[in-house]
Amino acid sequence: MAGTSALNRFYLLLLVLAVGGGGVLYWQTRGRGPSIPANVVVTVADTAGFSGYYLGDSAAPVLITEYADYECPACQTFDVVQFPDVRRQLIETGKVRWRYRDFPLSIHPYSRVAAHSAACANDQSHYWEQHTRLYQGQGQWAREADPTGTFREYGKQIGLDLAAYDACMKSAKYAGRIQASYDEGLKVGVASTPTFLIAGRLYEGVQNSDELKKLVDSLAAADAASR
Amino acid sequence: MKFRMGVALLSVAGLLISAYLWMFKHGYIGTLACGSGGCETVQLSPYSSFLGVDVALIGFLGYVVFLVVSLASVQPAWLERPGPSRLLLLLSAGGLLFAGYLTGLELFVIHAICRWCAASAVIVLLIFVLAVLDHRRFARR
Repeated sequence: MAGTSALNRFYLLLLVLAVGGGGVLYWQTRGRGPSIPANVVVTVADTAGFSGYYLGDSAAPVLITEYADYECPACQTFDVVQFPDVRRQLIETGKVRWRYRDFPLSIHPYSRVAAHSAACANDQSHYWEQHTRLYQGQGQWAREADPTGTFREYGKQIGLDLAAYDACMKSAKYAGRIQASYDEGLKVGVASTPTFLIAGRLYEGVQNSDELKKLVDSLAAADAASR
Repeated sequence: MKFRMGVALLSVAGLLISAYLWMFKHGYIGTLACGSGGCETVQLSPYSSFLGVDVALIGFLGYVVFLVVSLASVQPAWLERPGPSRLLLLLSAGGLLFAGYLTGLELFVIHAICRWCAASAVIVLLIFVLAVLDHRRFARR
């Protein structure tokens, strides 16, 4: 009899643990905001005339391609801490042309929406402003149930025509472009973010601006010597 | 009976953790509550899958087996039989080896610690300890 009573208490405890834990898991998944579809079929129109978001002189001797994810903390560290120096020392001096490619990881539910938000800002020639705001605010919006309102607020702050922005976001018209960018990353061997493609070689993880400068200078010197 | 009940309760906790990690990896939840910051590094590494199967999914299935065996073992018909004890000991020893291998990868190869993975490893260790204690119950006889 005592055994039956202990067994019943055990089942009750097991049930409470399972239901409580299951409830927490369910709560974690609900309230997710609108998403941009992944694995869409990429059409020719998705990539026509578009190979990434560029910064710098098209005649710069070195091209650096960054594959990154707006929801990746390491990408945020690079963009907020290192990229301002990279921009000042390498891009604005004409040494480097920067190319940004989206590489949204499956573990990040909002990275495609964020990438799409930046693509819509690009329609109004405000890509890099939105890009910077997205990375600066990552710590906030990544914890929101639906970050699209925050993205829209960033758009408002940088002076976007919000009606056009809303229509662009609703259309999800850049889903194929984002997928094409991701596919390109996979093709060149990107496995984590951020990854940088410099002179045919992949550099994984956050790169220090001073190290990048040394690398660019050595590549430029080698390029000059070979002429 | 209490050792086997303990295994069942720990198995449910392990099930929830592995489900959480699996859902995180597949984008069903947002940011992982991971104070060390190493969870994303571990989940993004090539070692987050084993022979092409997500490690979190392997953990989930492992805990399902622990739960089924431990629940069966507390039934009156099995309570005084050593069979379930031996099975739990065998399974938990295997689980402990696998958890040790994964923790080693985190420490010495990936160089990042995922707290949820560490919690799962501790649960497997506790299940092993309970299985040993339960097994000793029969060994003494």
